[in-house]
Amino acid sequence: MRKLKNIFFVLIFSVIVLNSSNSAEKSPPFLETKWTFKGLFGKFDRESLQRGYQVYTEVCASCHSMKYLTYRNLAEKGGPEFSEAEAKAIAASFEVTDGPDSTGEMFVRPAKLSDKFVMPYANEQEAKAANGGAYPPDMSVLVKARKGGADYIYSLLLGYSEPPEGVELDDGVYYNKYMYGNKIKMPAPLSDDLIEYTDGTKATAEQMSKDVTNFLMWSAEPHLEQRHKTGFRVIAYLIILTVLVYFTMKKIWSRVESKV
Amino acid sequence: MSDHEYTPSSKFGKWFNDRLPLLTLANHLTDYPTPKNLNYWWTFGGILTFCLITQIVTGLVLAMHYIAHADMAFSSVEHIMRDVNYGWLLRYVHANGASMFFLAVYIHIFRSLFYGSYKSPREIIWILGIIIYLLMMAAAFMGYVLPWGQMSFWGATVITNLFSAIPLVGESITTWLWGGYSVDNPTLTRFFTLHYLIPFLILGLVVLHIWALHVPGNNNPVGIDIKKPSKDTVPFHPYIVIKDAFALLMFCIVFALFVFYQPNILGHADNYIEADPLVTPAHIVPEWYLLPFYAILRSVPDKLMGVVAMLSAILILAALPWLDTSKVRSAVFRPLFRQFYWILVADVLILGYVGAMPAEGLYLLIARVATAYYFAHFLIILPVLGWKEKTTPLPLSITEPVLGGSPNLAAARSDEKIEKTIK
Repeated sequence: MRKLKNIFFVLIFSVIVLNSSNSAEKSPPFLETKWTFKGLFGKFDRESLQRGYQVYTEVCASCHSMKYLTYRNLAEKGGPEFSEAEAKAIAASFEVTDGPDSTGEMFVRPAKLSDKFVMPYANEQEAKAANGGAYPPDMSVLVKARKGGADYIYSLLLGYSEPPEGVELDDGVYYNKYMYGNKIKMPAPLSDDLIEYTDGTKATAEQMSKDVTNFLMWSAEPHLEQRHKTGFRVIAYLIILTVLVYFTMKKIWSRVESKV
Repeated sequence: MSDHEYTPSSKFGKWFNDRLPLLTLANHLTDYPTPKNLNYWWTFGGILTFCLITQIVTGLVLAMHYIAHADMAFSSVEHIMRDVNYGWLLRYVHANGASMFFLAVYIHIFRSLFYGSYKSPREIIWILGIIIYLLMMAAAFMGYVLPWGQMSFWGATVITNLFSAIPLVGESITTWLWGGYSVDNPTLTRFFTLHYLIPFLILGLVVLHIWALHVPGNNNPVGIDIKKPSKDTVPFHPYIVIKDAFALLMFCIVFALFVFYQPNILGHADNYIEADPLVTPAHIVPEWYLLPFYAILRSVPDKLMGVVAMLSAILILAALPWLDTSKVRSAVFRPLFRQFYWILVADVLILGYVGAMPAEGLYLLIARVATAYYFAHFLIILPVLGWKEKTTPLPLSITEPVLGGSPNLAAARSDEKIEKTIK
């Protein structure tokens, strides 16, 4: 029995290890930072999400789309929680093509809460043409689409350096120690004081990287807070029920000699 | 199996039962005599039924929101995750549910292997189980294709390409499966249809599996037949029901930990990148539960022979009742078999590990040795063991080692394992 039990745990353990180990390409360990969304009760840092949106919209959005996000999401619970008025104002600062109207013409109007985030390029081809052949990936689920998740994105944003000796880089290619193959076509996007935070926080590269990664984590998992909250309740309920069922079982089985 | 004939007490009940004996069936299921010495490894049958129903119910709701179209599948999944009420929960339960299903089925299978549950008179239960397992793999594979991420697309490409290894007609079969000249929209729509169909086939087979089980009754940790039902068994309800419920709840806690706190750890990050036929991922790996077979497939240099080896690795299990020549069922009384059993478990885990690694160098060598051992276990070790092995004496009845007082007991007690097993 003990052996069987051990095997059971080995199985679970190996499954977990397998999935984490096949990712471990030869990249250096990720930069460490504290994420508020991790852990049993993990929640997003609201201010950081709002700053993160600012970084996204002022820096990243010139190349990266976020096509699964809607402006209303910015005001929803568990996200940056801008007020509805703020979210409306944000939406109105973008223009979308709508139509056809009653005369059959397409027209341009300010975006509404129900509109998807406006994309920087009309299509993939245009995006590639504008970026030296590299397609800036859509960032809606980017955190979940990369091994290492938030830690990876954060490290990548801060992982730019001069190439070590012997590494030749073509024009428009940059060295990043966290990138797969170390070569990346995106120039270092963030530098100290690149933007001015509306809440007065000092815009260091680290601060901006952290804020925007928080924002991307939320965009990939918009219901993370609800998930953690529900999860805690579900598991607490299950544990209590399990204990009750255990004692019921003991009582029922006490009628026969065999132990359970 | 209960000897007495059941008659409903009410007049209507009797009238109804004479026409459709549902009440007799319900009575049989409640009274079903179950060996009282079953341990917790026997609770996985119930857990698996729960898994199947969970997958069907969550899958049904997901199918209401999912769009099976190459251009829309990925975004419809994101729609489920973002905008559908509790869509994230449904999808994470369904995706992790597949892993939990396989975790449970592997425990269930290895329990049968340890206690010899596949032996006479339970061969049909075992073979039905193997068919269910095969269908599960098909359902899981097709389900993994539906989100239309990079791993979905390339996994589908790799697996469907295997059929092209069949001589003469291989290429035509692959084209027929794809509904075109590559994995594309027609492939996705048919996979969706089949993914919806297979669980109901499984459900039907599960009914047969349980029916076949209720003919001879359960095997048990000691592996000997029930001598006196009154002494050796307990009625299914409430004894086994409550025990299964307890085990199921424990299982659900593990399940919930994955769903709520690590919902993506068992998946591959690349599947959150929309399928792109022009970009091949660096490593194409299947889900963890298929890795041992993937390792076997890749350990053979020839494509056709690789496919044959992979299929044989599963189908060989169907022949197990006749490959294992030992008359003694439970490994508890087979000291040598027990050693080889654990080596097999390790072998399968090793295969799973190398299946996730690139097929080159040392990994490939390990995969080949482990594959060879896997087949040797079933084709050489088991038949020979049956003839050569000296088994320890069996108790007279399943209650005996519990109650004590028999001369065989001392022999049985000498093995610490038995005591624990019987508990």
